[in-house]
Parts: sequence; structure tokens; C-alpha cells
Amino acid sequence: MNNNFIKYLYGIADNSLILGQRLGELTGHAPSLEVDIALTNISLDLFGQVRSYFQYAAQLSEDDITEDDLAFLRTEREYLNVLLVEQPNTDFAYTIARQFLFDHFHMLLMTEMQKSKDETLVAIAKKSIKEVSYHKRFSSDWIKRLGDGTEESKQRIQKAVNDLWRFTDELFHTTEADEAMIKEGIAVDVKMLKDVYYKNVNEVLETATLEVPELKYFQKGGKEGIHSEHMGFLLNDMQYMQRTYPGMKW
Amino acid sequence: MTEEKVHINEVLEPILRQVPDPEIPVLSILDLGVVREAILEGNKATIKITPTYSGCPAMDVIGDDIVSALAKEGYEAKVNLILAPAWSTNWITERGRKALEDYGIAAPLEESADKKALLGEEKIVKCPQCKSTNTHLVSQFGSTACKALFKCDNCEEPFDYFKCLI
Repeated sequence: MNNNFIKYLYGIADNSLILGQRLGELTGHAPSLEVDIALTNISLDLFGQVRSYFQYAAQLSEDDITEDDLAFLRTEREYLNVLLVEQPNTDFAYTIARQFLFDHFHMLLMTEMQKSKDETLVAIAKKSIKEVSYHKRFSSDWIKRLGDGTEESKQRIQKAVNDLWRFTDELFHTTEADEAMIKEGIAVDVKMLKDVYYKNVNEVLETATLEVPELKYFQKGGKEGIHSEHMGFLLNDMQYMQRTYPGMKW
Repeated sequence: MTEEKVHINEVLEPILRQVPDPEIPVLSILDLGVVREAILEGNKATIKITPTYSGCPAMDVIGDDIVSALAKEGYEAKVNLILAPAWSTNWITERGRKALEDYGIAAPLEESADKKALLGEEKIVKCPQCKSTNTHLVSQFGSTACKALFKCDNCEEPFDYFKCLI
């Protein structure tokens, strides 16, 4: 059970870690100072949450490992984040669309995780949900602002939503480890969140005068460690310091 | 307004009161409400602190500051980080709120008012400089994780607002 539990923790934590890394790439590069600060603040919140999960995973693990080992020294196949969060920043529309599609899921996940049988997960969820609600508000507001903005902004945010839509279904997939932990009453059964997720997301898109994409085929793989071509580059950037100077401290 | 009784040893209290928040130096960590317990046994102190935000980079500094402040007085301190119960802006003391206002940071409103202010529905955040409520939200995220950025339309000064977190 311990092994499954640790894998389950990786799955949740890696989403925040990889998205946090993507947002961190924008430090000093966002379209305006306020947005720059907002995106990096969100990144910081996500990293903070990751630390709580990884400290817990390190504690549960039989190996002598630390939170830093988990963040920086795993190989690509060992990261269990969804494909959505590793997609590149591309432009502001993509950055906001990716954030929006993730935040709505994250909010539902944290809401349900408060009912877990595991006390630490409940504590992390109760802490995180306060932060995630700010993220969701920020990204949803931008969806509306861009969608109901100019011709140009509308066309660009619509394209970003359309392109990223194919990664949304994976949010509701479960792995073997997830299923085992759901049975224990520890994990959230994300399959149950799907309907309300699309209902919430579609509502915002409609307010933003955007079209809800119609798509039959979705992409998956991240949760099993099979990532898109972008992941290797991201990890290279994120890990090179610890790989080059093992054990290096800030 | 503290939801549950926080036990702070009375010998340690004045020492901890001298430890400031590294990002808001006018605010003592006791008034910020991050110290959840302080126990003294012999010369060994055990302090429990909780983060304001998960990623708050000040937590490590606060931990180090507590250890060195207590070491100066001859106490050996151990600082533990706890997550539950989650920190709330309700734990900022009256004295803390006053210190924030004097420093130029608007103190957190109640939850429902905070939402209206951050959504731009109502002008209720008071400018800490001229006390006008003729202010507007510039960004929901400010210079640190716990703050939003506002601007006063009366005196034209930008200012930080300490976001409500309940």
C-alpha cells in the first residue's frame, strides 16, 4: 500500500511542480508587471504545495530520500503529471488557457481531498484550497477578459482553448495506484469530478463569449509517465543544476 | 480573534514578540498569528509555526530568526512547521492590524467584503494613507503571496492590501 500511496502523491504533486516550473519560466517575461507578479505568485503557491506532498512522500518512503531528490533527481518516466501542465507557455493566451483548465480541476480535487481518510492530505488540501481559489479567479477573469475583449484577443484565446482541450480528459483518468488508494478511502476518485468540471468550465467559456470545443479524441499518457516531447526540455532546464552539482544548496 | 486557544509560554512570549515578519518588519510574528504553540522545558523551547501561504519563502527565515532570538537569551529552540489548522487572516491581532495600517498596508476585510473588493464590485478597501474608500484593484497578486495591489483614486497613491484568507 505504501508504494501505491507514494505514487498517488507523485501524481498530485507533479502536476503542481511542472506547472509551477512552466510559470516560473515567465519570470520577467509576462506581458505586464502585474501579470508577471501574479503568475510567479501562483508558481510560488504551487511549489509550496509540492513541498508539503514531497516531504510527506519522503517520510513514507523506505529509502533515504529528501523532497529535493524527488523534485530534481527523478527521470522523465518517473514523473506522473498530466500532459496539460507540461505544455509550453507559447503565448499569453496559451498560458492563461492552460492555467484555467487546470485551476478548475485543481479546485475540485482540493475540495474532495478534504474528505480523505489521511490526515496529512486533509491538512494540505485545507491549506491549498485557499490559494487555488485565488488562482481560479485570476485565470477565469482573464478568460473572460480575453474572450470578450478585442477580435484579436478572442481569436487567440479561442485557439488556445481549442488546442489544449485535448488534454482535459486525462485529468479524470486513474492509474492502478490511484484505484488502490481510492479503495482505501485516501485518494479522490477523479472520475466523479468530470461532469461538474466541464459544467463549470463551459459556464465560464460561455460568459466569455467563447465556443466550447467539440472533440472526440483526447490525449493521455502523462499519468503513466509517458510524456510529450516538451517534457524532456523542461526537466533539462529544471534539473541541470542538481545534476551538474549534486547536493548543491541555495 | 483566535479560533482556538494558542499556548505561548509566558517567559518566551516577550522574546517571540521581538521577532518580526521578515517581509513586513513592523509586524511581530505573534501578531501575525503564525506561532501556534511555544513550550518551555528547562532551557529547551519547542515552537510550532504555521505558514501563511504554502510557498511563503519567509517561513525558513522566521524559523531561523526564532532560533537565534531564543539562543541569545540562552534557550535552545526547536521549530516545527505544522499545516493544520490552516492559517487565517482572522489570526492577525488587533495590534497587528493597526501596525499594518500604520505601515501603509490595508488590513484584510471580512471574507464577504474581501470578495466584493477583489472582484471590483464595491469600493471598500480603505487607502491606508488618506483613508478614502475611492480605491480600485490593480492586481489580485501583489509584492508577496499574501498581498493584492490597489490604487487610491483620491490621493493617487498605490498601496498593498493584505488579502483575506479564511
